Amino acid sequence: MASTSARRSRGWLRTELTGLLFSSPAIIGLAAVMAYPVAASLYYSFCNYSVLKPPTWVGTANYERLLTDELFWTSLWNTLYFAAFSVPLGIIVAFLLALLLNVKVRGMTVYRTIFYIPSIVPMVASSVLWIWLFNPQYGAVNALLRHVPGISDPPGWLSDPAWAKPTIILWSIWGVGNTVVIFLAGLQGVPQALYEAAEVDGASPWQRTLSITVPYMTPYLFFALVMGLIGSFQFFTPAMVMTNGTGGPADSTMFYALNLFHRAFSDFKMGYACAMAWVLFILVVIATLVVVKSSARYVYYESADEGAV
Amino acid sequence: MAAKSLLGKLLALLALSALSVTFIAPLAWMILTSLKPLDETMSMPPKWLPSSVETIQWENYVKVIVDKDRWDPDEDPVPPFLRYGLNTLYLVVLGVVGTVISNALIAYGFARIRWPGRDVVFALTLATMMIPFPVIMVPVFAIFRELGWVGSFKPLWVPAWFGSAFNIFLLRQFFRTIPTELSDAARIDGCSELGIFWNVVVPLSKPALAVVALFHFMYVWNDFLGPLIYLTDQKMFTLSLGLQFYQSQHGGTEWNLLMAASTLIVLPLIVVFFFTQRSFIQGISLTGLKG
Repeated sequence: MASTSARRSRGWLRTELTGLLFSSPAIIGLAAVMAYPVAASLYYSFCNYSVLKPPTWVGTANYERLLTDELFWTSLWNTLYFAAFSVPLGIIVAFLLALLLNVKVRGMTVYRTIFYIPSIVPMVASSVLWIWLFNPQYGAVNALLRHVPGISDPPGWLSDPAWAKPTIILWSIWGVGNTVVIFLAGLQGVPQALYEAAEVDGASPWQRTLSITVPYMTPYLFFALVMGLIGSFQFFTPAMVMTNGTGGPADSTMFYALNLFHRAFSDFKMGYACAMAWVLFILVVIATLVVVKSSARYVYYESADEGAV
Repeated sequence: MAAKSLLGKLLALLALSALSVTFIAPLAWMILTSLKPLDETMSMPPKWLPSSVETIQWENYVKVIVDKDRWDPDEDPVPPFLRYGLNTLYLVVLGVVGTVISNALIAYGFARIRWPGRDVVFALTLATMMIPFPVIMVPVFAIFRELGWVGSFKPLWVPAWFGSAFNIFLLRQFFRTIPTELSDAARIDGCSELGIFWNVVVPLSKPALAVVALFHFMYVWNDFLGPLIYLTDQKMFTLSLGLQFYQSQHGGTEWNLLMAASTLIVLPLIVVFFFTQRSFIQGISLTGLKG
């Protein structure tokens, strides 16, 4: 290629161009797959749009219609209910599992693998499995429950509006393996000396966990909380598979993203679906901001300049 | 003191054992069901194990794979389930190759070369992670429809060649840990930027690249919404999308076949996981930290 001296004179410009060239797929991708769609989606949300014909401007009609759309409120309620239970429960279960795994017992990797495997099962397969496990008549769960004294008539799970959401929440907890592994990595970073000091001072294991482990783990718990919230607002595949797309019974599993999907691809009300998506986006942003703002009070960072890799 | 901690360990071990049984039980139930004859899946009370060794139905797996009811050899020489598997594999290969190449190049541009506006573009890239998929779902669909790609595989693999914020972030963090002295030495020896990337950075980043490849493989295998939106022809369905055909085909669902099909979909992932456990755990720990 070019001689060294020639490169040196043009070096600066060259580096810039090469840098841009290397990152260009990201820039193109960002523009095509993000910037344009985000702008277009906002525009469509003020339009009547069926994809088949060009959009026509209708002002805030879609947003106004949302206010009186009962299914919109039902799906929003279902999603908030799901997020309010599955995220905290998932974090608590994952944290307890990680604490148990962190006890230096033999076979830790085997247990870790067992807890992790459910989270790599494809969602469609685990959803189908859940329908079968919780089948009111022939399912394994009710077969076990019938052996429990006092339970003669176990729940109908996915076929009972009162139990459908809890059943799906149980599904989400079965897949906490990912979070367990993240927490476990965090636990291994807690300075051992602190525990020893606390033990000398006569702190009980419970006190040690509360006043050493938990504070050290807050960044990880916080991370799981934010990611869990963002994910649960978009919860889709299991709801779709477990109810054959109906969101039933009695709309009890009609989650926000499922509702949105149907408005877009069953009714072809794409403008309406976009309005729903923007409401979702705003809710996600608000929820994240609330968590981030409040985190300053309880998240403990070991060193101030941690971000500066 | 020692006795106390021994007791603690014992209790932890007990709790761990009980919980692992709970976590693994659903998968055991899936495999057990897949080996039963149909009438045994619907006995009251349910039987845990196939009633005898003779009634174990390995044929269930053959039935799923060959699927005589739905297979018309004149239309497609490959039976449906295998066809879904081939389609999935096709998307996995194109997607994984694209993801690794594009994200590595992009991350290199962000991590090792200075250019004006770099940090702004990088921040914007990261910000896209916050945008919920439903927000861009409709316009992206409209674009692919305009391109005439709906009903083809393209919407499912082409985007992988343009990088994703998460992978760019992960690889950038990794590339930054490689000493710049190495690239400087190569540069003095007359190596081009692409040469440095290929001869210096890539060989040292194999573990991180493996993590990216692995996660994308999982993503494609798992993806349901994408195929649901873009694939219209049954012959082009992926495994995730095709599984629905084993659900309530003729009225009542044949649970043994559905569970056999599910097992077949889960199995490759578990095999891959066992061979790559280290990368998996490393990858998750890597991403969990500074996401």
